[in-house]
Amino acid sequence: MAKTIEEINRKIKEGKAVVFTAEEIIDVARKKGVKKAAQEVDVVTTGTFGIMCSSAAYFNIGHTTPKMKLGGGRTYLNDVPAYTGVAAVDLILGANALPDDDPRNRIHPGEFNYGGGHVIEELVAGKDIRMEATAYGTDCYPRRKLESWINIRDINQATLFNIRNAYQNYNVAVNLSDKTIYTYMGVLKPKLGNANYSSAGQLSPLFNDPYYKTIGIGTRIFLGGGIGYVAWQGTQHNPHVERTEKGIPKGGSGTLATIGDMKQMSPRWLVGTSVLGYGCSLTVGIGVPIPILSEEILEYTTVTDADIPAPVVDYSDAYPQAKPDVLGHVSYAELKSGKIKLKGKDVPTASLSSYPRAVEIAGILKDWIKSGRFSLTEPVELLPGVNSDITVRNFKERPIEY
Amino acid sequence: MVVTKKVVLRFPKRLVERPIIYRLVKDYDLEFNILKASITPEQEGLLVLELKGDQKEYDKGINFLVKGGVKIESLSQDVTRNEERCTSCGACITICPAGAFELEPETRLVIFNNEKCIACGLCIPACPPRAMEVHF
Repeated sequence: MAKTIEEINRKIKEGKAVVFTAEEIIDVARKKGVKKAAQEVDVVTTGTFGIMCSSAAYFNIGHTTPKMKLGGGRTYLNDVPAYTGVAAVDLILGANALPDDDPRNRIHPGEFNYGGGHVIEELVAGKDIRMEATAYGTDCYPRRKLESWINIRDINQATLFNIRNAYQNYNVAVNLSDKTIYTYMGVLKPKLGNANYSSAGQLSPLFNDPYYKTIGIGTRIFLGGGIGYVAWQGTQHNPHVERTEKGIPKGGSGTLATIGDMKQMSPRWLVGTSVLGYGCSLTVGIGVPIPILSEEILEYTTVTDADIPAPVVDYSDAYPQAKPDVLGHVSYAELKSGKIKLKGKDVPTASLSSYPRAVEIAGILKDWIKSGRFSLTEPVELLPGVNSDITVRNFKERPIEY
Repeated sequence: MVVTKKVVLRFPKRLVERPIIYRLVKDYDLEFNILKASITPEQEGLLVLELKGDQKEYDKGINFLVKGGVKIESLSQDVTRNEERCTSCGACITICPAGAFELEPETRLVIFNNEKCIACGLCIPACPPRAMEVHF
């Protein structure tokens, strides 16, 4: 029955495409059977809305009069430092960036109320941002100082470029020590006081295409409320993680690098985020369409929370000390029940990614496709899969001797 | 009718050393549970109480406090949620010692039960989008 992306796009154009979200498809396939469902369904939409570090934006602000070379100087956006070392008026702003005078963790845990992620949110919200820049001046770029309001509508490009998003599976974080710890996985209470996880589970993009048979470079996606693309494999992309029989990796594995025009995006889907004791970040909304090219692909999209095991990791010791120890695996169905059993204890669970927003994203993407506003793309190249020779390892430290 | 209410009491300096809560128990038969207290001799005191008792006696007791010069605020108004900023992630659920946040099972939206809130403020810095706000 193999379908092609071209055939699916024809149906999208005619307004006849049959589209379900990754949550809805579970019941559809259960009722109709995989074979019939694969014949009838054209696209399954996924969604995720979570804190995603490795998110960043780049801008071209246009030339000032007289001209100024920001590169090699210092530039701040609402007091948050941007990276200038690329060119005269190009800037890169990372979600983790903090104002120079932020107290960080000097009084632990630091609050991290404002950083790069918040600047990105305010920009897409259309707010004016205060820019302050100093430079060293050259014959062709004589200006040395600039203080001005900037707005996303006035600058040439504002592009979100996230080098690692949409992690395929993630750790469940717990704390075995006897004091509270403040991590990027949230506040972890002592002695297994709570367990935090961060995945949309059955709705999450890469769980619905676990072997990356449809997602690759050039895949058109929902990104931050606008249309974006998969640019590349994300950093730390690792297809070689142990998998279940159905191909679901049992820990963090595949990742996406994503790119899109911020001028289309909205602050509902890009939210500046503060992680107590850790830092600032950006919560990003992503939705990836899965073209149902075969029965095999449809079967992957029927994955349920019960099919997805996540590793439980102690963030008081194993994680910071880079020990491979895992306390065990629990399914997202168990995590979503509100408590899991660990070492004979009932441990309450909490999520750091929003499932209701993930449902909303998958629904929006479905509507876009059904209304013909969004068509699918044929990836230029698929993400590196289980047969690739890609490796991910920890830092190889070679002390410098004097 | 039995009522249970949470109140914030602010004591002026002159009342800090008087056994006011004792009178609430003895004269008005009110049960009390101290949720938060900050009392320093010679300074203003702050007490967050849960009071339980007959509605009439409760009103009389509150009247007694007001007459005595204690400022009273209802607690449930102190911590609010900015609905625009809340993404319903759920990070607050295991942080709140009073169980004021719960998940609606069908939609997985996070519900904030104002009445259960004890205004400890733990959720405020623990909320990633900073949706919880405290108002005094």
